Amino acid sequence: MSETQIDRTVSTFTKHLRQTEIALPADLVHKSMDELNGKSFPTTRHEAWKYTRLTKLSKLSPTVATKHEGINSPAYAIHSTGNRIVIENGTVNFDASQFETVSGLTIKRFSECSADELDHVGSMLSVENELFNAMNTAYLQEGILIQIADKAQIEAPIELIHVLSKVECSATIRLFIHIGKFAKAELTIGTWAAGAEQSILNAVAEIHVSEGAHFTLRKLQSEEEGNFQICTEEITQEKDSVFTMHTVTLNGTLVRNNVRVRVNGSNCETNLYGAYLLKGNQHTDNHTVIDHMMPHCLSNEMYKGVIDEQATAVFNGKVFVRKDAQKINAFQSNGNVLMSDTASVNSKPELEIYADDVKCSHGSTTGQLDEEAVFYLQSRGISERSARNLLVEAFIGEVLEKNDNQDFTDKTNAILNERFGWER
Amino acid sequence: MITIKNLHASIDGKEILKGLNLEVPAGQVHAIMGPNGAGKSTLASVLAGREDYEVTEGSVDFDGVDLLELSTEDRAREGMFLAFQYPVEIPGVSNVNFLRTSLNEIREYRGEEAISAKDFMAMVREKSAIVELDAKLASRSVNEGFSGGEKKRNEIFQMAMLEPKLAILDETDSGLDIDALRIVANGVNKLRSEKNATIVITHYQRLLDYIVPDVVHVLYNGRIVKSGPKELALELEEKGYDWIKAEQEAI
Repeated sequence: MSETQIDRTVSTFTKHLRQTEIALPADLVHKSMDELNGKSFPTTRHEAWKYTRLTKLSKLSPTVATKHEGINSPAYAIHSTGNRIVIENGTVNFDASQFETVSGLTIKRFSECSADELDHVGSMLSVENELFNAMNTAYLQEGILIQIADKAQIEAPIELIHVLSKVECSATIRLFIHIGKFAKAELTIGTWAAGAEQSILNAVAEIHVSEGAHFTLRKLQSEEEGNFQICTEEITQEKDSVFTMHTVTLNGTLVRNNVRVRVNGSNCETNLYGAYLLKGNQHTDNHTVIDHMMPHCLSNEMYKGVIDEQATAVFNGKVFVRKDAQKINAFQSNGNVLMSDTASVNSKPELEIYADDVKCSHGSTTGQLDEEAVFYLQSRGISERSARNLLVEAFIGEVLEKNDNQDFTDKTNAILNERFGWER
Repeated sequence: MITIKNLHASIDGKEILKGLNLEVPAGQVHAIMGPNGAGKSTLASVLAGREDYEVTEGSVDFDGVDLLELSTEDRAREGMFLAFQYPVEIPGVSNVNFLRTSLNEIREYRGEEAISAKDFMAMVREKSAIVELDAKLASRSVNEGFSGGEKKRNEIFQMAMLEPKLAILDETDSGLDIDALRIVANGVNKLRSEKNATIVITHYQRLLDYIVPDVVHVLYNGRIVKSGPKELALELEEKGYDWIKAEQEAI
C-alpha cells in the first residue's frame, strides 16, 4: 500500500482530544487550531521527517485519560528527595508528587494560572508548519511553570516524572521555565510507561536562561516499546549563561527529540550530550539545533548510540554560526555502534558558518564493534558477552560520564543492567 | 604441556599449516623460527582460537585437554596465553578494569573466589615492576597511545598477571630497541618455572640471546622441518633459510 492511500489526516488522530482549557493567549490557540485544520502528518518526503515514519502514529486515535491509575511513583523517581512533580497521562497526580518550599523557587500548574501569568507561553515556539507544536498548544492538558528568582541557587534537582498508564491515550504537556539572572538550578525529567500500549506523550518545554544563570536539564527516556514520544525543547540563553542538557534514551517505539538552543548572548556555554541504547523495534530520532547568534561562545555537542536488533536511530545536528558571532568554538560529534546486521542509523551533522573567525568541528562515525578487540579480550579469558559489554560500555561511557549527578547515573545504570545485563 | 599432532589449518580455503607436529614439555622454552609466510603467526592464531582459521585435521592436547574443542576464552582460562604481535588498542577500557575482569573470569572458571580490590592492586604493582611498566600506564586505556615498546611490555605485564601454563610470544621482539628487548626478555625469564612452558615465535636470533631456548624449531611451508639445540638459531642467522628450503625441495 502506498503512503498516499493511508489516511494520515490529523483529524483522525485528534478526534478524541479536547481543545485546551488552559488560559493560553487566545490568538495562539486559534492559530494552532487553524494550523491543524485539514492537515496531514508529514511523510518521509518532508525533510525534517526523512528517516522517521509517522505511519504507526498517524493510525491512532488516542483518548484523553480522565483518572489516575495509582502508579508507584517511587519506582520511577530518580532523586529520593526534593520537589517531585508526577504527571500521569498529562495531568498532575498529587498523591504521587511531593512538594517542598524552597526559597527562590516557584512551581505552579498552568491550570491555576491567570491569563496574565501565561502571557509569555508560546513566545519561543513556532506553531507554523510545526504540527506537534500546534497540537501541544491546541490540546494542551496541563503545564508547569517553573520560575527561579534572580540569584537563587536551588541545590536539589527538581524532578518531573511523566508516566503513561493507559492504553492508546494522549498526554499533552508544556513546561515554561524561567531561570533568573545569576540563578542556578537543575531539572530532571523521567519519562515512563506502564501498560500503556499505543500511548503518546507530546511534551514541549520553553526555557529561558537569563544572564549569568546556570541551568542543567537531564532527561531519562525509558518508556516501553509501544509508546510514542515527541519532545521539543526551545531554549534561549542570555549572555554569560551556561546551559547543559543530557538526554538518555533507553526505550520507546518512536522517540523524537527536538532541541533548539538560541544562544542570544556573548560568553555563553552550551553543552548537549545524548546517549541512546536501543534494541527490538525501537526508533530514536534526535534533532538538535544550536544557533550561535553572538560572539565569544562555546558549544559542545556529543551524541552516541548503540543500536541492536532491528532498532533504528537518527541524528540530525545543526550548528549555525551567524555573521556577527565571531570567536565561536563549536564542537559536534555523533558516534554509533551497530550491534546487528538489521540495526541502522542515519546521521547528519550540519555546520552552517557565516562568521570568519571561528573554530568549529563536526564528525560522524558509524560502525561495528572492533572484532579484533573482542578477540583480544577473549584471549585473556573474558567471555565474548563480557567482552562486547566492556567495549559497548567504554563507547557509550564517554558520553554518559559527562553527567555529574550520581542519582541520574545510578538510575541509568540500573535500567541498563535490567535491559542489557550490564554491571557498571 | 602441549602436544600438537598432524595439524592442518587453512584460511579462506588456502592451507597454511600442513601437518605440523610439535611437543613442548613443562619447564621448557621452545623457539619457532622460519621465513615469512611459513605459518608462524597462523600457528599462534590457531592455538589461541582465532575463528578466521579452519582446522581441517590433527589434534592439540593441552595439558590433558582437547584444546581445539575450547572457545578462545576457555583456552585462556585453561592457562594459555598469547602475546600479540600487534596488541590491540581499546579506547575507554582501562588496563586495570580489563585485567580485573579477566582475572576474575578465569578464577570463576576454576571455581576460585574473586580477587579483592586490595590484593589486585598489590598484584598490579608487583607485576608491573617485572617489566618496568610505569604504574600510570596500568590505569590508562588498554594500549591506547602506548609506544611500540610499551605495548609489548604491557603484553608481558598481562602475562605476569594471568600466570599462564603456556605462553606463546608471537614476534614480541619485532620493532623493539635493545633496551626494550632486554626488559621484555627479563620479564619472560622471571616468569619461567618448572611448571610452565613458553613458545617464542621470532624472526631474529637476537631475542634468543636473552631468552635462551631449550629447543629451536624451523617452521617451513606449514610444517616443522628441523629441530635442534639453541645453536641452530645461530646457524639460521648466519646462513638464512635457503639451505632449509633446498633441503626440503630435495626430499
